[in-house]
Amino acid sequence: MGEPASKIEVKNIKDIGLDEGAARLTPERIEKVINEVIDNETGARLKVYVDTCVHCGLCSEACHYYLSNDKNPVYAPAGKVKQTLWEIVEKKGKVSPDFIRRAAELCYTECNLCRRCAMYCPFGIDVAYMMLTMRRICHKLGVIPQYIQDTAQSHSATMNQMWVKEDEWIDTLFWQEEEAAEEIENLRIPLEKEGAEVMYSVIGPEPKFRAQLIYQAAVIMDVAGVDWTMPATPGWDNSDMAMYTGDNEMMGRLKKEHFETAMRLKVKKIVMGECGHAFRSVYDMGNRAVGWKMPPVQMVHALEFYYDLFKAGKIKVKEKYDKPVTLHDPCNVIRGRGLHEMARYVVNKVCETFIEMTPNREHNYCCCAGGGVINCGPPFRDKRVYSNRVKADQLAATKKKGVEVCIAPCHNCHGGLEDIIHHYKLGMELKFLGDIIYEVMEKPE
Amino acid sequence: MTDSSSWDWSIGKRQIADITQWKETFGYVEEPYVSPDGEKIAAIIKTEDMEFSVCENGNAWENAFDKVWFLRYSPDNRLTGIVSDTAEWTLAVEGEAWENKYDFAWNTIFGRDGKSMLLMTQADGEYSVLINDVPWEETFPYMTNLAGNADATRAAAVAQTIRFSEGDIFAFQKGCYTVAVDGKVWDTNFVNVYEPVFSADSAHVAAQVRTSLYDYTIVVDGEPWPAVWPWVWKAAFSPADGSVTAPVKTPEGWTLARDGHVFWGQRFAQLWHHVYSPNGMSIAAIVAPKYGHWTVAIDGNAWKKTFNDLVTDLVLSPSGRRAACAGKENDRYTIAVDGTPWPFHCDMAWEPVFSPDEQHVAAKIEKDGQFTVAVDGKPMKAQFKNLWNPVFSPDGEKIMIRAIEGSGDKETYVRQVLPLTEILG
Ligand code: SF4
Ligand code: SF4
Ligand code: SF4
Repeated sequence: MGEPASKIEVKNIKDIGLDEGAARLTPERIEKVINEVIDNETGARLKVYVDTCVHCGLCSEACHYYLSNDKNPVYAPAGKVKQTLWEIVEKKGKVSPDFIRRAAELCYTECNLCRRCAMYCPFGIDVAYMMLTMRRICHKLGVIPQYIQDTAQSHSATMNQMWVKEDEWIDTLFWQEEEAAEEIENLRIPLEKEGAEVMYSVIGPEPKFRAQLIYQAAVIMDVAGVDWTMPATPGWDNSDMAMYTGDNEMMGRLKKEHFETAMRLKVKKIVMGECGHAFRSVYDMGNRAVGWKMPPVQMVHALEFYYDLFKAGKIKVKEKYDKPVTLHDPCNVIRGRGLHEMARYVVNKVCETFIEMTPNREHNYCCCAGGGVINCGPPFRDKRVYSNRVKADQLAATKKKGVEVCIAPCHNCHGGLEDIIHHYKLGMELKFLGDIIYEVMEKPE
Repeated sequence: MTDSSSWDWSIGKRQIADITQWKETFGYVEEPYVSPDGEKIAAIIKTEDMEFSVCENGNAWENAFDKVWFLRYSPDNRLTGIVSDTAEWTLAVEGEAWENKYDFAWNTIFGRDGKSMLLMTQADGEYSVLINDVPWEETFPYMTNLAGNADATRAAAVAQTIRFSEGDIFAFQKGCYTVAVDGKVWDTNFVNVYEPVFSADSAHVAAQVRTSLYDYTIVVDGEPWPAVWPWVWKAAFSPADGSVTAPVKTPEGWTLARDGHVFWGQRFAQLWHHVYSPNGMSIAAIVAPKYGHWTVAIDGNAWKKTFNDLVTDLVLSPSGRRAACAGKENDRYTIAVDGTPWPFHCDMAWEPVFSPDEQHVAAKIEKDGQFTVAVDGKPMKAQFKNLWNPVFSPDGEKIMIRAIEGSGDKETYVRQVLPLTEILG
C-alpha cells in the first residue's frame, strides 16, 4: 500500500490562479502587503510563535503530510512555517514573486489547518494560525489557487459557495419537499416561518449535488416534531471558503448574512448540517471577524442535534444498521468543539457494530481535504491523496477488523475520504450519520 | 405608513376565526398570517384534490394551485401569495393570479401604503422584475438584492451584465455586476455590488461596491465615491438633504462616512444598520464600542448599557428623539429604550414599536413558550399561544393585540383593543 515518495510533485503544480497571480507581483508590492498584514493584523501572537519555536520537531509526527510523505521535512509543521512566515519575518517582506508562489502553494495545499500538530507542541504553537496568516498575505497579493478563489468569488456574488441562484435554492427546497411528502404525507420544509424554534442551514453543495441530504433532514425534523424553518433568501449557506482564502472581510460579510437571516426569522437556534469547516466559520472565525465573540444565535452542529433528539427520545430506531461501521472524527467539530462523545452516543444508538479507528477522537488524523485543500481542485488532488497514506492505513486497519462502512460527518471529509478509499482501493462505503439515521429510524407508515 | 384611523379602535375583544375548525375541515393548514388591521387571518391549506389554496377567516379561495407560498398581507390588508400552475409562477392578490407568469417568482415587496407591490422573476434563465403585473422590459443573466422605493413603484437590484464561465476568476475580477434601476443599468461594472437603496424622494439609488478584491466604496447613481475602504456596510440617504452615509472601516475602527468623507469622530469595533429619523436630523446605529459589546449610538454617542450577544431591531421614534432596540445578553433577550433595558429577560423579543406620540414603547415577547406584549417594560398579564406585533391607535391611547388563544389543541384567533392604562395600571 502507499506510493513511493518520489511520485509526489511537491513544487509548482500548474494553477492559473497561482501562476498568473505571481506573474503580476513586484517586489515592492510584496513588501508593502506583507508589512501591512504583519504590522496591522497579526499582533503579538505571530511574533511569540516565531520566537518561541525551538525546532524540536515534536509536531512533525503529528502531521499526516509529513508521515505520509516518508517524513520529508518539507511537510513537517515547523518546516512549513520555516518555508513561509519565518523567512518573511526574517527578511522583513523582501521576498521574491517565486517565493510567494511556492509559499502560496504550500499554505493552501499542504496544510489542512487541522490543528493536530498544536496538540503535540510543548508550547502549543498553532501552525494552522501561521498558515492562515500566510493565506491572508497571499489573498492580499492575489496569489490563490483558481478553484478555491472561484468558490470565494461565488460566495461574494451569491452569498453561497456554488453560484446557486436565489430561485434555484427555493426551487430545490420545493422539490425536496415534494419528494419527501411522497414518503410522509403532508411533510413540509417550512420556508420563512418567523418565530420557529430552529433555522436549519446547510452548505452550498447540498442543494447543488447532495439534495437528498436536505430531504433526509426534513424527514428527521418532521418525525422528531421539531418546529423548524429554512430561509428563502441568501444567508442559507453556512459554509465559508473566504475564510480559507484569507478574504476575512468576505468571511465577515457571509457570517453577518447568515446570522442576520436567523435573527430576522426570530429563531432560537441554528442547526447546521454535517459540516466541519462551516462550523469553524460560524463558531469561531467568522462571527469573531465582525465582533460577535460567540455566535449571536446559538449554533448547533448536526452531531449535537442528533444527540439531543436521541436523548430526548424524539427519534426511535426501528432496527439498527447491521453493517460494521467506523467513525472519522472531523477536526473542526472534535478538536474544535469536543463533540466526539456525542457522536459516539449516536453511532451506538443507530449501529449494531461500531469499531474505533486508531487514533481517534481529538487525536484522529485529518482527511487531508480540510482547510480548503480539496477546494483547490483537481490540480492538487494527487498531492492530497498521496499525502494521506496514514489515513488509508488507519482505514485499512479497521477494515481488517471487519468494518464495511466509514461514517464521516463532514462534507469535506467525505470528499477527501472518497478519494482515499478509491485510490488505495480500500473498498469501504462512506456515509453521513444522517444517512444512517434516516435509514434506521421509525417513520410513520 | 398606512392610515390606521379608519380601523376599528373600539375597546373590546372579538374572535375572528376558529383555527381548530380549519384543521378539522382542511386537514393540512400551514402557519397563519394576520392582516395589519387585525380583521383577517389566513393560512395556506390543501384542498381535497391535494392542491394548494388559502383559507381566510374560514373561507377558502375559489382558486387552487399546484403550489402557494410566501403568503403575506400588504400594508393595506390585501392578501397575497406566490402561486404556481403547471410550473408557471406569479403573484396572486386576493386569490386572483396576475397575468404575467414565469419559470419562478419570489421576494414580494410592498410599498408602505400597500397599493403597489413588486417581485423578482426568472424565465428561461433570464432575471427581471414585475411591478403591479407590469414587467421590466430588460432581463439579465442574474439578479439579486432586490429593493423597492418607499411606495414600491420603482425597483433596483444588483444585476449581472457580463457573462463569465465558472472558474474564470480573472473575468470576474474585471467586474461583471452593476445596479439596474427600473431596468436601466449604471454605466460602470464592479467586482461586487450589495444592497441598493433608494433615497426618500425615490430619485436616487446608492449601493455598496467592491471595486477590486480589496477596495470597497459607495456608489450613488453610478458614481463611486472618490475614497475607498477595506470594508463598508449598507448606505442610507438622509431624508433631510439627500446626502449619503455609510459605515466604513478606517485603520482606527468603524465609523460613519458621508458623501465620501469620514463624518463621525467616534470609532467602533463594529458599526452597522444606521437609520435616520424621518426629519433626517438624527442618526442611530448598532455599534460595538468594544469587541463583543453591543449597543446603540445616537449621532455617534454610544449608550452606556451594552449587550454581550447582540443588538438588533433598532428603531427610532417618529421625531427621532427616542430609540429602542432588542438586545441579547447571556442568551436572554430584552428591550432597551433610550439606553435603559426593560427590567426582565425573555426567550425572544420582537421589534419594539413606538406610539405615535412617542410616549410609549410596546413589544411582543416570548417566555417559556408563551407570548405576550409588554409596554414600557411591563408585560401584560394575559399570555397567548402566539401573537403578532402590537399596534398603537393613532391617538396612542389604545393598543391592538392580535393573538392566538386557546388551551390544548384549541386555537382561536382574537383581535383585542385595550386602553393602554389597562396594561400600565
Ligand atoms: S496539516 Fe494539520 S498537522 Fe499538518 S501542519 Fe497543518 S495543521 Fe499541523
Ligand atoms: S513542536 Fe512546537 S516548538 Fe517544536 S518544532 Fe514544532 S512548533 Fe516548534
Ligand atoms: S474536512 Fe473534515 S477532517 Fe478534514 S479538516 Fe475538515 S473537519 Fe477536518
